[in-house]
Amino acid sequence: MYGMGILKGLSVTFKHFIESYTDDLRYAGKKLTTTQKFEKRQGTDTAGVYTVQYPDEKIAVPERFRFIPFLVVEDNDHPERPGHDWCTSCGICAKVCPPQCIWIVRGEDPVSKRPVPEPQAFFIDIDICMNCGYCAEFCPFDAIKMDHDYEMADYDRTETHIHDKDKLSKPLSYWRKIAPTTAWEEAIARGSWEHQDVVKQKQKVNAPLAIPGPTPDSPYVPPIVPVKEEPVETTQVTGETAAQEVVREAAPPTVAEGTPAPAAASGELSAEERRAKREAALARKAAKQEGGEG
Amino acid sequence: MTDQMIAPVRPETTDVGTAIAYLKEKFPDAVKDDGRQGYTGVIVDRAQLVDVATAIRDELGFNYLSSATAVDYLGVEDSMEMVYHAYRISGGPALVFKAQTPRENAAIPSLIDVYPGADFQEREAYDLYGIHFPGHPNLKRILLWDGFYGHPMRKDWKEAYYEEEHKPFDSRWPKGFVRRAEELNMFGKNVRYPDDLDLSRLSDDSEDSLYRGMGLGVDVETFDSEDKLRTDRLVVNLGPHHPSTHGVFRMVVTLNGETIETLEPVMGYLHRNHEKIGERNAWYHNMPFTDRLDYISGMSNNLGYALAVENLMSLGARYQPPTYRAEVIRVLMVELTRIVNHFWAVGFLLNDLGAFFTPALYAIEEREKVLDFFEATAGSRMMPNYMRFGGVFKDLPERIRSVANLVNDQIRDFNTMDYLTDLINESLPRAIDELDHFLTDSEIIKTRTRGVGYLPADMAIAYSTAGPLLRASGVPYDVRRADPYSIYPELDFDVAVRYNGDIYDRYLIRIDEMRESVRILKQILPRLERTHGESVFSGNKAVYMPRMPLGESYGRVENPKGELGFYTVSAGDPKGPQNPWRYHVRAPSFINLTPLGQMAKGQKVADVVAILGSIDIVLGETDR
Repeated sequence: MYGMGILKGLSVTFKHFIESYTDDLRYAGKKLTTTQKFEKRQGTDTAGVYTVQYPDEKIAVPERFRFIPFLVVEDNDHPERPGHDWCTSCGICAKVCPPQCIWIVRGEDPVSKRPVPEPQAFFIDIDICMNCGYCAEFCPFDAIKMDHDYEMADYDRTETHIHDKDKLSKPLSYWRKIAPTTAWEEAIARGSWEHQDVVKQKQKVNAPLAIPGPTPDSPYVPPIVPVKEEPVETTQVTGETAAQEVVREAAPPTVAEGTPAPAAASGELSAEERRAKREAALARKAAKQEGGEG
Repeated sequence: MTDQMIAPVRPETTDVGTAIAYLKEKFPDAVKDDGRQGYTGVIVDRAQLVDVATAIRDELGFNYLSSATAVDYLGVEDSMEMVYHAYRISGGPALVFKAQTPRENAAIPSLIDVYPGADFQEREAYDLYGIHFPGHPNLKRILLWDGFYGHPMRKDWKEAYYEEEHKPFDSRWPKGFVRRAEELNMFGKNVRYPDDLDLSRLSDDSEDSLYRGMGLGVDVETFDSEDKLRTDRLVVNLGPHHPSTHGVFRMVVTLNGETIETLEPVMGYLHRNHEKIGERNAWYHNMPFTDRLDYISGMSNNLGYALAVENLMSLGARYQPPTYRAEVIRVLMVELTRIVNHFWAVGFLLNDLGAFFTPALYAIEEREKVLDFFEATAGSRMMPNYMRFGGVFKDLPERIRSVANLVNDQIRDFNTMDYLTDLINESLPRAIDELDHFLTDSEIIKTRTRGVGYLPADMAIAYSTAGPLLRASGVPYDVRRADPYSIYPELDFDVAVRYNGDIYDRYLIRIDEMRESVRILKQILPRLERTHGESVFSGNKAVYMPRMPLGESYGRVENPKGELGFYTVSAGDPKGPQNPWRYHVRAPSFINLTPLGQMAKGQKVADVVAILGSIDIVLGETDR
């Protein structure tokens, strides 16, 4: 019969039409906050097309997500070399960069004019950067990493879009926060949370490491850090925000607000400890929110 | 398959070596072996090129011209060369033949009469290299406009923001004080026009200037047809800014009433001289640039380039082929890409037919899940930069969504294998079935697409079309079977083929191919589990500045849009150059447009939009 094909097609449209309301009906009576609702509705059992109300809602990005690179520096509370660059200005990232957007001024001893393993200046033109991730992949010192911060729109490209060393530098704890698994694997490969050269030096003189790290046989415990609540800028500027504290005590994992700890962690922590941690985290968050609003 | 399609292959010449011997015997003066280190095929005297090519096509059966491209050997041999890769449509390796010409007044006879598919490729060689093709009926610039000075792919041509001959640039390290390129080379002062260009044209926005160089008048001409229906003949621009062109692409059509008399595609609005950039780059640098060619299927482009360079590396002594797990992951990625691309193509074909965005959105719903997987694995949804020479960037992650980033979001944290299993066994087949149910029987679609945009099999081969366009015309030619690569020989799948050669069959074949891809992916899953934990990279670690052995290589893959080929030449520095001497992309989106004018002739204006949609082009690849 003529027209049956169209009716068949329309049945598909009708199914989609109904599906786009089933979730509304499902969550109609339940008091879910916007965030929770968003995540529930992004789950596998979601029916219909669900729109993310960007920028109010954001999809979390996976660990390997890559955007403009940043330079890893030591945390500000590092016992031996706070804020020290991990970059040795070897120039490999500048060479592998396909669009050649990395500019490095090699560090120089002012007296002897010999090169020192530290960049004097470091620039990345983020308009030219094509986010390929080669610099991070080929860096032998884990000193340049790809960021997760993708909101870089600006009114002026000539000044603000050439990132200098200050703007590029972010502490190691930030990297551990955005990519815990990768950071963990890299630390195992280096033998510590310390810079590779520091590890070698210490091994030579048999000195203990300031921050001993994971070993290949230590069980993998990803540090649990809430990402959504904390904008990146806060963690960079102030040294004492909640996020960084949480990251620093990463090896025993902190439990974030409102979630059960993952299976690996729950076995190691007693219920009391978990409650205490959780209360502490909530208090920090509340304090931070007040500070942010006021 | 009809009889006249099968070219008479002489039984004793099935092997390429025998074919070359036959050629040398028949043309003792004109054909000689290409004896340069790492090169294959024959060099043909350009005076007899057309005769030799005719023999190659008719007597030896190499009736499918895959790629025709130019190389400038300035400083090595001081000559230019056209390189042709001809294949048999029944499968097998290529017969490579070349014709050389001096750089001054470069001219090589056109092969357009032997292989009509050489049309756009010769125009491209003329545009970028300045080689003239006597015999070509329409030899004019194709990617650049006629106010462009010089031929940019020549080795002595320098771009406006020229810095150095090769990357990495010395100014970046160790004294890398940042300078923006446009500060050094002010815009406006770095542009040169040909001497005979009338510069007043630049401010002339009249209709006349739009069609100048096309040989078309714009006067409306009225004439009465036989049935006394008064019609107007007029020239209409479809594009460049038009949603139906899938980008910035222009079709200049001459209409008689509503019927198309001639159609000429105008392209190049997105041209960035990808190949010149590729030759400035080092070998590794090109990988992320290939993502940007056909940006719907970046993974497949990566594979094509990786294959071409691995072919080249295999000429050298220290070459380790990719590990088995790397190959499995590559096929996984490429087949997922194919499904994604066909979802996209079918969805937007329906857009072109007037079903505005409802089918497109249903089609790309599942695409999101695949892209989530790409993002978790490679780091980017559409610009993966995932393949490396000898393997892939990283193994699949244990979990698709990292726990850490999604503390409050346990729902979307999946084990990768579970996610893939669900995707391949449940979501994707369901989505394909739904699309099939939704569209295939629809009377509107049938009426609009059946018998429209007909491309017969012999023309499809002659015009060097590839991919779904070729297979929907009844030619079961698929590089995965015809010239297998990676682990395709051990996988069980069928080459989808349809015989009517119209838009409807081009739609159906995409549904078929998606089903075949799901079939392949189902065989990939157990292989992934079996090889779990094995290395995804041969050798220790990727070398960031590999040196290549001297020679040439052509790597081709069956991309979702057709055959994607990379022709790379490594020449110059005898120690092994760090930069490609030649880096050519045989772009399916570009060459598949060759028969567009033929297909559109006699159709209505509204159908042209659908015909273009059924070819499925991406302008990033067409214009390069």
